[in-house]
Order: sequence, then C-alpha cells, then structure tokens
Amino acid sequence: MTERTRIPLHRDPKVRAILVQVLAAVVVGYGFYSLFQTTVDNLVARGIQTGTSFFDEVAPFQIGFTPFFDYTLGQSKYIDVFFVGIQNTILVAVLGIIAATLLGFFIGVIRLSPNWLVSRGALVYIEVFRNVPLLLQIMFWNFAIFLPTLPAPKNSIAMGAFYLNARGFHTPLPVIENTTGVAIWIALLTVLGIGLLMFARRAKVLFEETGQRLPVLWISLAVLIIGGYIFYLVSGSPLSFDEPVLGRFNFKGGGQLPLPLFSLWFALTLYTSAFIAENVRAGIQSVSHGQTEAAYALGLSRKNTVNLVTIPQALRVIIPPTISQYLNLTKNSSLAVAVGYEELVAVWAGITLNQTGQALVIIGMTVAVYECLSLLTSFVLNWYNKRIQLTER
Amino acid sequence: MTTDTHMASAELGDTIIKIDELNKWYGQFHVLKDINLDVKRGERIVICGPSGSGKSTLIRCINRLETHQEGSIVVDGIELTEDTKHINDIRREVGMVFQHFNLFPHLTVLENCTLAPIWVRKSPKREAEDIAMRYLERVKIPEQANKYPGQLSGGQQQRVAIARSLCMNPRVMLFDEPTSALDPEMIAEVLDVMVGLAEDGMTMLCVTHEMGFARKVANRVIFMDGGQIVEQNQPEEFFNNPQNDRTQLFLSQILQH
Repeated sequence: MTERTRIPLHRDPKVRAILVQVLAAVVVGYGFYSLFQTTVDNLVARGIQTGTSFFDEVAPFQIGFTPFFDYTLGQSKYIDVFFVGIQNTILVAVLGIIAATLLGFFIGVIRLSPNWLVSRGALVYIEVFRNVPLLLQIMFWNFAIFLPTLPAPKNSIAMGAFYLNARGFHTPLPVIENTTGVAIWIALLTVLGIGLLMFARRAKVLFEETGQRLPVLWISLAVLIIGGYIFYLVSGSPLSFDEPVLGRFNFKGGGQLPLPLFSLWFALTLYTSAFIAENVRAGIQSVSHGQTEAAYALGLSRKNTVNLVTIPQALRVIIPPTISQYLNLTKNSSLAVAVGYEELVAVWAGITLNQTGQALVIIGMTVAVYECLSLLTSFVLNWYNKRIQLTER
Repeated sequence: MTTDTHMASAELGDTIIKIDELNKWYGQFHVLKDINLDVKRGERIVICGPSGSGKSTLIRCINRLETHQEGSIVVDGIELTEDTKHINDIRREVGMVFQHFNLFPHLTVLENCTLAPIWVRKSPKREAEDIAMRYLERVKIPEQANKYPGQLSGGQQQRVAIARSLCMNPRVMLFDEPTSALDPEMIAEVLDVMVGLAEDGMTMLCVTHEMGFARKVANRVIFMDGGQIVEQNQPEEFFNNPQNDRTQLFLSQILQH
C-alpha cells in the first residue's frame, strides 16, 4: 500500500467547507452586532436606556378585555400588559383554529360533492375568502356588518341571561360560593369520568368479542349531563351566577366577549377555512380511486369507506400544509389592531412601545412569543403526523 | 357449435350469474354490445381478448363498479339496479381481486382482512381475526399478518388481496388481470393460490392472459373483441380449434412467444 498523498490545504474540501462556514458566521455575527449597537446608540442619543426596568412601572392605560387575568388601571404594570396580550392572542388563535378546522373540513368535503350546486357553492366560498385581503375582511365584518346591524346596549337582543349588542356578547359568569362544595362536586365528577372511561373500555371489549356496538358517545353524554347536575345538587349547589345587568351606557357584571374579538375570530375563521378546505380537497383526491373501489367491492358502505379508508389516508396529505395555516392564523391575529382587539401586537408592540420607546426589548419579546407559539404548534402536529405516516419497508 | 352443450356437465350447479342483453356506453363509445352470459355455480370462466375489448368492464359491471345502461344482470337471484341495498347485498357475496391489488396501505395485512367482516358482516373481532389467519395460512403468508402492505412483495400483496376477499366468504370471485402487474416468479405463486381455489369449487370469473391457467382450470374460455363475446368454448376446443378469425389471430399472437 502506498501512503495517501497529502492534499494541499486549499484543495481539501473539508478544510474549505469549515473555512467558508467560519467566515460566513463572522460576517453574519458582525452584521447583527452592528445593528444592535446602532439601535442602542440611537436610543441613548434620545435619552432612552435600554433595559427591562420599565416592566415594573405602572401602565397608565386600561385594557377592556382580560378574561383570565386581573388587570386594574393604576395598579397593573407594563409586564402585566405583556401577559394580557399573550393571553388574548392565544385565545383568538385557539378559537380560530378550532372553528377554521371544522369549517374547512366541511367545505373541503362538499367541494367534492357530486351535486353540482353544492360543489360550485363551495368553490365560490373558497375563491371569495381566499382572494380578498384579510385586513379588508376583518374590517368588513366589523365595520360594515356587525357594528351597524347589532343594536345598542339599550336594545340588546336577550336570550335568557345572555345579551347580544354592538359592544359584544354578555354572559352570566359562575361565581364560587362554597369552596368545599365545589371541591366535592369536582371530586364526584372525576369519579363519574373514571366510571365512564371504564364503561367505554368494556364496550370496546364487548364489540371485539361479540360484534355488538353500543352508542358509547350518547350514553356517556347523557350520564355526564344528568349525573353532573345531580352531583351539583348533592354537593349543595356551590356556585352562584353573576348575571350581566344593563347600566346607563353598557352592561355591568357577568362576562363579556367584545365585538372586536368576535369580528376578528369570524374573519380569521372564514379566511383560513378556505385554505384548509383546499388542503382537504387535495388530500382526499390524493387517495387513489382504486382504494374506494376495493372498499366498495368488499361491500363497505359509502360512509364507512370515507371514514375507514379515505380520510385516514388523506390525513397524511392534509396535515403538513394545514400546520402552516394554523401558524398563519396565529400570526394573522395581529391584524386585530384594525378593530381594536387587545392582543399582543396591539397592546404591547403598539401602545407600550409608543409610551416607553423600548423598541429593542419589546419587539424582541414579541418576536419570541410568536416564534414559541409557532414552534409549539408545529411540534405537536408534526408529532401527530409522524404517528399516522405509512410504514414502508 | 353452441357452447351450451358443454355447460351441461354434471358437476355444475344452478345459474348464479345471469347476464341478459347487456349494453354499456362510455359517452358515445359503445363498450359492451349485447352481452349474454350465464354462469353456473362452481363454474370457472376465463375471459381473454385484446385491450379495450371490454373484458374488465364486463366483470366490473357484475359488482356494479361500473353501471350499465341496458339489459339486466342477476346475481344469486338479486337483480342489479340503482337500489343501493341490492348493490351492497351483491357486493357482499362477490369478491374481487384487482390488477394493482388495492390493499389499504394504512392497515396491517390482518386489519385489511378483518375490516369488511367486522364492519359489513358485524363479526366479532376475535372471530374475524381467526378466520383471517386461516385464509392467510391458505395463501401461505400467515407470518406477514402484522406487517403493512408496503413491506410486502407484489406477489405477497396479491395473495393478501385474495385472502381479504375470501374473508367475506364470497360465492363468486372476480379476478381482473390479477397477475398483469407481477414479475414471472410471483405470477406462479398467485396462480397456485387461484388453482387451489378452483379445486375447492369456487365460482370464478377471471380476466387473464395466463393461457396455462386457462387450460388447467377453466370450464369455459371466452374471447371478447370490440365489446362483444366473439367466441366461447371449452379450453381444449378453444385453443386447438378456434373458429373465429379474430380468435385465431389473437391466439397466434400471444402463444408464439
């Protein structure tokens, strides 16, 4: 064996690769550093010290909608504004994702209906909501439809203790009267839940052994509602309800879903569902015709064929692009600024930034929040997608 | 010579499929022309002919994967109409094996075999699995039961497809070019299974160009061309003494290689 000839360093691909990467890292690093330094210098020149000390200052403005969080004008701090913003962003994103998924699946499926009118209707829906800019849609629903058509608080549409008006939707809120009572009630509900789980498992075994099928879902729902109510009475009715009451200008008490939240949710849902519908259509069409033929030839009904053969295979194609739509919906919720819904960009990157001038910290934190939400969403869905992938060799 | 004299052989039972004056069009294209065909219980029929002659379309009409416009098809006493109940009743009793297997890739081999018995016949899962294992043993791949179709060879997949159909305990089996997508070695293993089925007295309609199989197994060979049944006869007569010019040409072309 001859000894390997030494390659000159400048012709060795490994050495060259490392060299190029080190150079690139230095250039990019210097770029970021100089950007950061320029910003800090400019802030200092305007007399703003970059840092996090403003977190603890009292925020001098009110936030109307803080459902899971106590916020009081004059006491709450800027950092509380940050958390209220995150919470409102997550709220509208979660509500939007759920509704857009259900609606998108429905539209996607009827898009493939053999009925001409139904499938054309779905096509028109998709093309309209996909092609009009989202900001325009949000403003359209809020300013052109809901605000003018819904009545003033005085003339609210009443549905029992629920009221709908141009300010939003007012609901009664449960208030805990008796802590031990609630604890007993929750404990009883937990026992009931475990019982139902055991029942569901028994029903599955029964199905596998005898082929007999029980309506598990309906039985469970009935037991849960009736049992839940009986246990509520047994534990001494530990809740009372804070009902909304009409004051001089608006309702007081109870819970309120503000109209901007509703408009934003509505527009995000319609817009995103149009994209999801196209994903669903593509997914269903990706399952070869031979699959449905094989299922029909075995005597499976249309419904069973769709549920057991088509949808499970279509999901593999539907999920990855739908993840992107979920991320888009979350990011698009920042367009709420237009209708005054108090999510992260509006109250934190908007009002707080204007008042404190802490651009670097505030924008950095806002970016980090969206980044985390997106990574979390795609992590969960990628995990699910991996589980349902096909096994090949 | 008429074919009906051959069909009167003693081993065959009553008529299970009766096709009368069947006509089918794809738009303007007349794909099946005045087809008349009686299939007796236990009969094995091989259908051959050039591509586009309507042979696949004919057997796909029998379980209503294709609709026909004129004429009637009666399977086991049930006439095929728009009535979905009749269609499902017939599909239950008629098994089908496809050229491209069409196994469900998201289910294991065993689940492929138990899906229809559980959901259509409402069999208990255990029982369906026992029956499925029995048929997987019969097609000689019980050890693959928990693999996915994508992990099997073509021949293995086609044998699973046959087992999957048999699990519904069908009275008739339709084969739509079951070996056309397979390598020569795999063709043999699939044909072996089909010969076994024939020996057990299964009623079979086979679209295939495996003439060795036709000679060995068929009671009757049908030659189709241009949407019509051109000639039908017992295999011996069919291969040694074809009457029609078109049949002679076809046979000379596929047998010379």
